[in-house]
Amino acid sequence: MNTSHHYSRRRFLVLTALAGAVAAGMDALRAVAAFAADAAGWPADAFKQKSEADAAKTLYGKTFEPSDKVKLDAPEIAENGAVVPISVSSTLPNVTSISIMVKENPYVLAASYKIPEGTNAAVSNRLKMAKTSQVVAVVESGGKLYSASKEVKVTVGGCGG
Amino acid sequence: MASSIRVRATASGETTEVQALIQHPMDSGFVKNSKGELIPPHHIETVQFETGGKVVFTALWGPAVSKDPYVKFSFKGGKKGDDLKISWVDNKGASDSMTAKIQ
Repeated sequence: MNTSHHYSRRRFLVLTALAGAVAAGMDALRAVAAFAADAAGWPADAFKQKSEADAAKTLYGKTFEPSDKVKLDAPEIAENGAVVPISVSSTLPNVTSISIMVKENPYVLAASYKIPEGTNAAVSNRLKMAKTSQVVAVVESGGKLYSASKEVKVTVGGCGG
Repeated sequence: MASSIRVRATASGETTEVQALIQHPMDSGFVKNSKGELIPPHHIETVQFETGGKVVFTALWGPAVSKDPYVKFSFKGGKKGDDLKISWVDNKGASDSMTAKIQ
């Protein structure tokens, strides 16, 4: 009696442990499934922010301040908001990242670039702009964030509809 | 099938300049089709450039990057004939990669 009680208790413990392990495994699987859609290392949360400050905070964990050592090249007027050529460069030392934000877009962060040592602090790309907006370039240098901004007038929005 | 990636990498002095053009719809998720239904977001999320066993540039892209995205950057080092590998992954898990020779 005592033995069988012992057995069943032990069996119960084993079963509980197994169930726990299976549940944990399922959770892990679910976690993997939830992230499977996004590429490794893609900062999904940062790309969902609606303000430049929140995007910088989510991406870098800090705030930025304007600097004349960040150069933002963008047209005064973009005839086609679907393809706006934008370039960012900086003379700041030890640049590790460059991000470009469009204030009036549904999500402000458009693109972010990792700049390893040996790569120049300069990038050109083409972005979509929903309407006339401030464009903000944020550069990470020596662990701090610096910015430059410029208004780009958009005559035909690039977010369609 | 032809690669979705076109790249030109040119070594000049101590610097290699890279220009890449990738074929991709880059659907933002905010545009409606002719039936008035939203076209779901479909965009590249990461692009990685590697040479000499080292990542020289990583792009993290949201839906606001233009269709058939273009990017230009430059790095120190790299010489004619070196391999430059470019690979991208999109939000649906699709990917492509190609290796170009630095010119």
